[in-house]
Amino acid sequence: MLLFPSSYRVSQSSVLATTGLIIVRSDGIFVMVKFYQLKIYLGIRAASLSVGVGILLGGCQPSILDSKGPIGAAENNILLIASIIMLAIIVPTMIATVVFAWWYRESNSKARYRPDWAFSGRIELVVWSVPFLTILFLGGIAWISAHELDPAVPIPSDKKTLQVQVVSLDWKWLFIYPEQRVASVNQLVVPANTPVQFHLTSSSVWNSFFVPGLGSMIYTMRGMVTRLNLLADREGDHFGLSTHFSGDGFSDMNFTLKSVSSEAFDAWVASARGLSATLDKAAYGELAKQSIADKPRTFSGIDPELFQQIVDQTVPPGPGPHQSSDGASQGVRPKGGS
Amino acid sequence: MTDALALQPQARVRTDPNHLGHHARAGEGHAKATGRGTGGPSSKRIIVGYGFWIFLLSDIVMFAAFFSAYAVLQTGTAGGPTGAELFDLQNVALETGFLLISSFVCGVAGLALAAKRHLIFQAGMALTFLFGAAFLLLEAREFLDLVDRGAGPTRSAFLSAFFTLVGCHGLHVSAGLLWLLTMMAQVATKGIRPEILRRVLCFSLFWHALDIVWVAVFTVVYLMGSIA
Amino acid sequence: MLGKLTWDAIPLSQPVPLIASGVVGLVILGVLSWIVFGGHLPYLWREWITSVDHKRIGVMYCILALVMLIRGFSDAILMRSQQALAYQSPGYLPPEHYDQIFSAHGTIMIFFGAMPFIIGLMNFVVPLQLGVRDVAFPTLNSVSFWLTATGALLVNVSLVIGEFARTGWWPSPPLSEITYSPGVGVDYYLWAIQISGVGTLMSGVNLVTTILKMRAPGMSYLRMPMFCWTSLASNLLIVAAFPILTATLAMLILDRYLGFHFFTDEAGGNSMMFMNLFWAWGHPEVYILALPAYGIFSEVISTFSGKPLFAYRSMVGATMAIFVLAFMVWLHHFFTMGAGGDVNGIFAVTSMIIAVPTGVKIFDWLFTMYGGRIRLTTPMLWSLAFMITFVVGGATGVLLAIPTADFVLHNSMFLVAHFHNVMVSAVLFGAFAGYTYWFPKAFGFRLDEWWGKTAFWFSVAGYVIVFTPFYVLGLMGMTRRMQHYDVDGWRPWILIAGFGVIVMLVGVICQIVQLVVSIRRRESLRDVTGDPWDGRSLEWATSSPPPVFNFAVMPRVEGEEAYWAIKQRAREQARLRDEPDYEPVEMPLNSPTGFICAFFSTLIGFAMIWHIWWLALVGLAGAFATFVVFAWRDRVEYEIPAASVARINRANRATRAQALEHAERRAA
Repeated sequence: MLLFPSSYRVSQSSVLATTGLIIVRSDGIFVMVKFYQLKIYLGIRAASLSVGVGILLGGCQPSILDSKGPIGAAENNILLIASIIMLAIIVPTMIATVVFAWWYRESNSKARYRPDWAFSGRIELVVWSVPFLTILFLGGIAWISAHELDPAVPIPSDKKTLQVQVVSLDWKWLFIYPEQRVASVNQLVVPANTPVQFHLTSSSVWNSFFVPGLGSMIYTMRGMVTRLNLLADREGDHFGLSTHFSGDGFSDMNFTLKSVSSEAFDAWVASARGLSATLDKAAYGELAKQSIADKPRTFSGIDPELFQQIVDQTVPPGPGPHQSSDGASQGVRPKGGS
Repeated sequence: MTDALALQPQARVRTDPNHLGHHARAGEGHAKATGRGTGGPSSKRIIVGYGFWIFLLSDIVMFAAFFSAYAVLQTGTAGGPTGAELFDLQNVALETGFLLISSFVCGVAGLALAAKRHLIFQAGMALTFLFGAAFLLLEAREFLDLVDRGAGPTRSAFLSAFFTLVGCHGLHVSAGLLWLLTMMAQVATKGIRPEILRRVLCFSLFWHALDIVWVAVFTVVYLMGSIA
Repeated sequence: MLGKLTWDAIPLSQPVPLIASGVVGLVILGVLSWIVFGGHLPYLWREWITSVDHKRIGVMYCILALVMLIRGFSDAILMRSQQALAYQSPGYLPPEHYDQIFSAHGTIMIFFGAMPFIIGLMNFVVPLQLGVRDVAFPTLNSVSFWLTATGALLVNVSLVIGEFARTGWWPSPPLSEITYSPGVGVDYYLWAIQISGVGTLMSGVNLVTTILKMRAPGMSYLRMPMFCWTSLASNLLIVAAFPILTATLAMLILDRYLGFHFFTDEAGGNSMMFMNLFWAWGHPEVYILALPAYGIFSEVISTFSGKPLFAYRSMVGATMAIFVLAFMVWLHHFFTMGAGGDVNGIFAVTSMIIAVPTGVKIFDWLFTMYGGRIRLTTPMLWSLAFMITFVVGGATGVLLAIPTADFVLHNSMFLVAHFHNVMVSAVLFGAFAGYTYWFPKAFGFRLDEWWGKTAFWFSVAGYVIVFTPFYVLGLMGMTRRMQHYDVDGWRPWILIAGFGVIVMLVGVICQIVQLVVSIRRRESLRDVTGDPWDGRSLEWATSSPPPVFNFAVMPRVEGEEAYWAIKQRAREQARLRDEPDYEPVEMPLNSPTGFICAFFSTLIGFAMIWHIWWLALVGLAGAFATFVVFAWRDRVEYEIPAASVARINRANRATRAQALEHAERRAA
């Protein structure tokens, strides 16, 4: 089952000459659904679904349905298929409920009252098998996609994969580029069309790394490394956030993923190397204290062992809140006002 | 018309076209077997015993959660001592022996109560207490010894799980001993009444169940921990 | 001497909790004054507080639930208004408060709103439907209720003294460990839930034993009403799942209090284990709530359609299938923890399979309506709203069960929409349907229909307006538990949801007004015969309210829908059943054990939270002493003479005979 193309190129959809349900999306992409078998031919330009949700395009507006990467696009297709199938079951049910309630209301003398009709083998057979077959089909999709789109599965590409190490701190994100020997806080710069492999951990409490415009999220947990693979297929800015509640500063734990051309990426790395402070253990210790750092900044001179030390817990964990008398965490005031 | 209907009182009772099995049919309601629940509510003794069994099953589920935590954290020794280094199997054998004997004597006490032999009952319960207390003393000594050796529950996750699992069982035994004394006092002051008999039944179920849990504990924790 | 408790614990410098506790304190003072100075205390003590009657206990559970639902809903209003205001602004609730509010909202709604409501309805109805006099262990029932009330009390005390947890309603480590939550908030949560959890577990044991071992003669398993089957499944789930919660929270308590390393990240602990253990309880919990709600809908839909439940055995099978499958799906709560394709895939499949029996139930209810003669009363309206809205929640559940969909929707507002969709549709609508349906049985008069329908429309409309935008927000990347946000695309949807909560508030007010109006108009709403809805199960064979012994003589059950058969025969023969041979009835004596035990449990909980160790010991000693005193009672029952039983029963028979005559005359 092909859920996303093995070579990431634009391919025009070709319609299989088989029977089945053809769904045409507003942007003209054909999705063929053949019962028991699913083949999806993707086009890159997955424009917004006009289903009346009013999603804004462009800029930094996050949107899952308007994904700018193959992982997200594949996940959207699964969402779409599953939604259509479930709607096909629940909409008739909802209509039938209203119709039955209306037709068989007490004041309707035309309706036939059947007070002893309480069983029908045929209906039971249908009623058990329709949900069961649906679930069988969706279960198949779930099983296969859980393997193909597992966050740890690398994205095939002819470009070299960029390695990024992610550490979630209270309440900011640290992105370490081990091969480029730079690091960045709250700003993730990646070259477009290049697969990025993330290794993620946390300095203290759990968080969850998520860029809605690109695809899957994954937890970050101290003492453990989780893996994620994403790809941004074009240049642009993306909104990133944490999706696992991590304390009082949680709402400010946003970052920007900037997808740029490879030249711009190289230029950024060079400037980070040149002008930035070093990220050694002491600097990391300062960073790990509870704060809401809203200014993206960069570091150079990364200790190559730093990430592993964070994972192995040979650097101290992010300290907890400094308790003031009223129980409020010190130094945590939300952005956007006093 | 009324007569006809009176002769066939079941005429309008909706008969079940998909009747399965040999349970009470329409109009039966006279089955004697309370096991199938068609003879009306069971006797109080059965209800109390059954309810207590359900409670014991829930308690075993709680132990199961502690067992699963132990299984997960078994390898989390954090560079500290492992089970093989710490467990004194002789002590465990002694503890097991005491608990088993106390269970046996508890059974004797139960039989004595049923036969209305007060003295034997009280003696049996006293012995149950003694052996149970001996078990607890050995366990407490083991715990204190471990703490002294720097292998207390805060040393590592494995030790936290060990102390909690074995300690939970010990807490249940302690509560049981308290219950035991209460039952001895009840029988002594109030004699043998139906509700007191039911309570002693529940107590002995509890005590034997603790024994079963102990078998699981020493197998999973001590025996398997010593081999690993 | 007083552990960690100091005067600083009272939030004198924080206006929000101060005002809230002030208002609540005044209300409580007012109610208490009315009770004490109005001379109602002896009656309350004798008839309600010390009662071991399942009907009284059921009503008290429901009252607790309704009060706590209002508290939980006010938390919701705070949350919606904060989010409506907090676009590029800090709003009016700083994070340290907002975090407590959403944690309290979830905790209260689940543990002290939905659970007591459902348990209360089960307590009231199940013995009546089974045709017996009470549950298996009446005094234990009272203890269960009062322990639940203790938990609710502790959570509310956290508003005034100290703080509540700031971790969300499931306190996931490491955030909930002592390092990152050094305050007493998480401790309040832990002890409140532990104590009320004991009560719930006892209630589970009680009802399982009742349903399996105490039924009227002739009532085999397959002749039990559907509500009893779903109650059985729910209580079996309680017995099997709550001990897991007890153990898990105990482990967290040990971590926090004694420095153990179950869930810490150092010394070998495993924080992922908490998620596994918690959700191994957490998923069965939602079925504990939903299954009895399904049972209520079965009763309501079949009664108001004038037809037996369609495919009863299929429904029983579906119920027990849900019971078994409930334990096989828990990992879908953390697909994004990185367990890999195999593990995620297995749990995805099991999570989808559990949708099948639920779907079967929906279709069976649909066909119960088919060929019926439907009366669109308030309970029936709630059921129809459930059927229409719940399928959406179920469908989104199936969507979320696909791991790859969950990878973008986990913990988002889409998830929040999904679980509110299923909980509000099934549990809340079911609870309100049951409340309206069985209210006349409990109190002898019906609730006002007009206000009921008004409350219904506003509540359902409000619910739709609040939660549909949440689905959209989830698809726009918004996550849950945000105290403020800067994304302008989310703003319109959050404002719509804020408006929706106002509509829901109108619905809530209408419910309250309905109750007040119905009490005032109770004579015109009186339920004279005890069967106001033309019911089909045994509770409608008693008077409204039933006498303390429920049935003068236990009814003989001869088929499914025991009461319907009796009624049809009476209608055919134009006379009631023969009078039974009256015998004296033995009923359990009332006992203050539950209340006193709860008092000591409150002491234990409060003392443990604030590290006042001597007080905790006092509480433990007191609780043990209470049980000993209870065990030493000489009199456990009292007898109602046969003459009284006869008199009470004959009064009801007279009203029913009258009603039968009226019906005959109208038909003729």
